[in-house]
Amino acid sequence: MFGKKRNQEEVNERRQTMAENTNLEPTKEEMELTEGAERTRPRRVFVPRATIYEHNDAITILVDMPGVQADNIDIVMEKNELKIGGMVTHEAPEGYSLVYSEYSVGDYERSFVLPRDIDREKIEASMKDGVLTVKLQRAEAYQARKIDVKAIE
Amino acid sequence: MFRYYNLNDEMDRMRREMDRMFRSVSGAGLSTPGGYPAMNMWLDGDNVILTAELPGVARDEVDISIEGDTLTLSGERKPQELPEGATYHRRECGYGKFTRVIKLPYQINLDEVKARMHNGVLEVKLERAEADKPRKIKVLEG
Repeated sequence: MFGKKRNQEEVNERRQTMAENTNLEPTKEEMELTEGAERTRPRRVFVPRATIYEHNDAITILVDMPGVQADNIDIVMEKNELKIGGMVTHEAPEGYSLVYSEYSVGDYERSFVLPRDIDREKIEASMKDGVLTVKLQRAEAYQARKIDVKAIE
Repeated sequence: MFRYYNLNDEMDRMRREMDRMFRSVSGAGLSTPGGYPAMNMWLDGDNVILTAELPGVARDEVDISIEGDTLTLSGERKPQELPEGATYHRRECGYGKFTRVIKLPYQINLDEVKARMHNGVLEVKLERAEADKPRKIKVLEG
């Protein structure tokens, strides 16, 4: 588990340095296989690229998941971890054979640890042009409960 | 029968074999992309299908032009419009203009080109030009 996490960080770091040189990256990052458990379907899984920004009390997550229909997206919020999964519905064109290949098709999986004050009832998600947008709101009740810490001299 | 092994040749062969094995495990015959976007090509007789993953690229931001057996794909992924005062936590999705020139196996019939975008995936269907198709020549007697 620890090894996997550290790998993910390395991947992110690499991505950031790549992003500075060339903006559009043609290659996808493949998910590390978890030890022990295997997927039931022999399909490849990729870690989708994501852009996250914050504005006022909302956090917006954009995830590149080309080939995934809105119906095939799974978003699960467990404790403060947001798990995003996307299943591709791509099928090889009938009768055709792949003669040249630069990318492979596969599902997507990625998780983010969110701030604790996210309002679980106000999560919105939409899909357009293969990009998933997830909008998260910070809970008002939580903001009101914030305790000011006084400095004692 | 006398067989004589050149050790260097043998090592070379083994290395090639290992390379091939590793490639088949990790990349499944993938070529390194020659630019953005990465593309796949499918063939069925005289029909060609090209596919590319273009997340975040709107349909009307894609341009395809064909000349003979050369296809040029260009377009732009527009940067995300951020509200004022927004701050990034991370920014991995790239944006900008792209162009790729792809050599096709045939001359293309320009009247039969079909392109569509679906969930951020581009699919271009092409047909071989009639004039480019091989012709069977009958051998006459005499």
